[in-house]
Amino acid sequence: MQTFDLAARGLRELNQTLHGLSGTTNQTAWEIINTRGSHAIAVGLDAEVDITVRGTTGYYCAGMNKLATIRVQGSTGPGVAENMMSGTVIVEGDASQYAGATGRGGLLVIKGNASSRCGISMKGIDIVVHGNIGHMSAFMAQSGNLVVLGDAGDALGDSLYEARLFVRGNVKSLGADCIEKEMRPEHLELLEDLLRRGEADAKAKPEQFRRYGSARKLYNFNIDNASAY
Amino acid sequence: MTSEFPHTPPRKSYTFSDAVNADIRRAAATGIYDIRGGGTKRFLPHFDDLLFLGASISRYPLEGYREKCATDVWLGTRFAKKPIHLDIPVTIAGMSFGALSGPAKEALGRGASEAGTSTTTGDGGMTEEERGHSKTLVYQYLPSRYGMNPDDLRRADAIEVVVGQGAKPGGGGMLLGQKISDRVAMMRNLPKGIDQRSACRHPDWTGPDDLEIKILEIREITDWEKPIYVKVGGARPYYDTALAVKAGADVVVLDGMQGGTAATQDVFIEHVGQPILACIPQAVKALQDLGMHRKVQLIVSGGIRSGADVAKAMALGADAVAIGTAALIALGDNDPELEAEYQKLGTTAGAYDDWHEGKDPAGITTQDPELYNRFDPVKGGRRLRNYLKVMTLEAQTIARACGKNHLHNLEPEDLCALTIEAAAMAGVPIAGTNWIPGRNGGF
Repeated sequence: MQTFDLAARGLRELNQTLHGLSGTTNQTAWEIINTRGSHAIAVGLDAEVDITVRGTTGYYCAGMNKLATIRVQGSTGPGVAENMMSGTVIVEGDASQYAGATGRGGLLVIKGNASSRCGISMKGIDIVVHGNIGHMSAFMAQSGNLVVLGDAGDALGDSLYEARLFVRGNVKSLGADCIEKEMRPEHLELLEDLLRRGEADAKAKPEQFRRYGSARKLYNFNIDNASAY
Repeated sequence: MTSEFPHTPPRKSYTFSDAVNADIRRAAATGIYDIRGGGTKRFLPHFDDLLFLGASISRYPLEGYREKCATDVWLGTRFAKKPIHLDIPVTIAGMSFGALSGPAKEALGRGASEAGTSTTTGDGGMTEEERGHSKTLVYQYLPSRYGMNPDDLRRADAIEVVVGQGAKPGGGGMLLGQKISDRVAMMRNLPKGIDQRSACRHPDWTGPDDLEIKILEIREITDWEKPIYVKVGGARPYYDTALAVKAGADVVVLDGMQGGTAATQDVFIEHVGQPILACIPQAVKALQDLGMHRKVQLIVSGGIRSGADVAKAMALGADAVAIGTAALIALGDNDPELEAEYQKLGTTAGAYDDWHEGKDPAGITTQDPELYNRFDPVKGGRRLRNYLKVMTLEAQTIARACGKNHLHNLEPEDLCALTIEAAAMAGVPIAGTNWIPGRNGGF
């Protein structure tokens, strides 16, 4: 395993080094130490490498990740794995607001709680949160799956498009155009896979969840729906 | 039977004019506000209210067609490893694929590249038509993040973080379902045929301190190669410019309320924001106060139509300008040759602004193959190239007359204003006087 001391070598050298791993490399396992809450750690990666971030991070850790597996042994600041394309990001602690924002693919796992706007405008990413999520999560979420083992805050799925939301605990309130939907066998199958990949299969079973999705009433503007906004 | 006394002629209200009454009746009948494309149509103080003084005994002119008057501009010299060098200071503003057809985007790329300048993507991502035909392409980083991906970030020549636009500072957008073709839907990860909301603020940052971190992230992803622009609408130009500089922008793009949009509420277009003439001096002052004028470049847009407008904007301190509506007109938008078709749509050439409906007979603001196949991107690109060249020649003509061997050497001292309003906004004296309204009474 390669060790990168962020405090000693700096952020620019870190990301430049990791970007250099694109293509074939035999340096596939890395650990980043002395993170000290730095922003933009391991952003824009494009290689099938395993990164372990030992410590807590600032904003946008693993932003726009492609292919890489990034495990954070700590908590993350706002926007972890924002706009992720593929790969896997696992946060062992809590995640601040906007976790997985606009993510287009891959899997984001948060083993603690996620703050407000988790999965905002998600576009294909799968997110599994072992704890709770804050208000306005999955706002304008377009596609992908958000799985929450705990509770969801206010206005879950406000102005939702086609993303699927699964919550095991309580939902404080649903946002505009978000409704509870029938849990069909294909959803249970999907959940089982997500829980397994999200390292949560020992904690929860698919049957314990409820599914939420778009009522699709706001898809085309209609003046009669104006009070919903 | 006629009265023997003089009759009081019918008198219509100025407040309740025919246009106002028609709008009230339309609202009452439909229950929805008017949505349209383009920029403000109201009368505003503008570059027409400024004049150049020209050379005199104290300033000698340069010889037209003989003495050099340079037009090039560097953008992104503050931090980017690979700043942009353009031959002319007239760039093409961001306009989305989705709002515009693929052939129209291709034409913008062709014309701009031939003229030695850049194009800008828009909400909806980067198309091959535009990347393939644009030598220099600015990739917009928008709140919706439609089509956003790291590969296109790295394929871009510069990145423009869009905070706002002049037509609707503080507003998002809505691409109505009728323009959502299979291709547009795929690029935006949304079902075909539904209205696509473009968010009014970014999903993962709020405020200038966050913006600084966001810019850091983008720079790290692109290895600090790309110039990063920050685009703001003409709302609070002094503070927005200062905060963009503080956040680490290489370039500030400032869009006045004459700037166009693909579609938004008419009430928004007409009643929010400031005219570009009022915005430029404030942005320049912010840069000067920070010691960053010419170090962080300023691109201004909103109602730029001619080389005279270019020269006036630059004399007020801009490094370059951007055009959107004017570029579309150069391509063939609202051409009187299509009058019969505009009439069928209930409008007339020069007034057509229902771009969101996707029925543009010019084939520019549509996703209908029958319509956009009418548009020849090669011919359109040539027209845009010609127009950009003419604008540049016009600006050079004025600059030489003012004794300047580079457009950047134009200065406020070369200008006077025709109205008190324009003088106050531009910070130049009223013609025939040395009076700058408000200059001694606060900025």
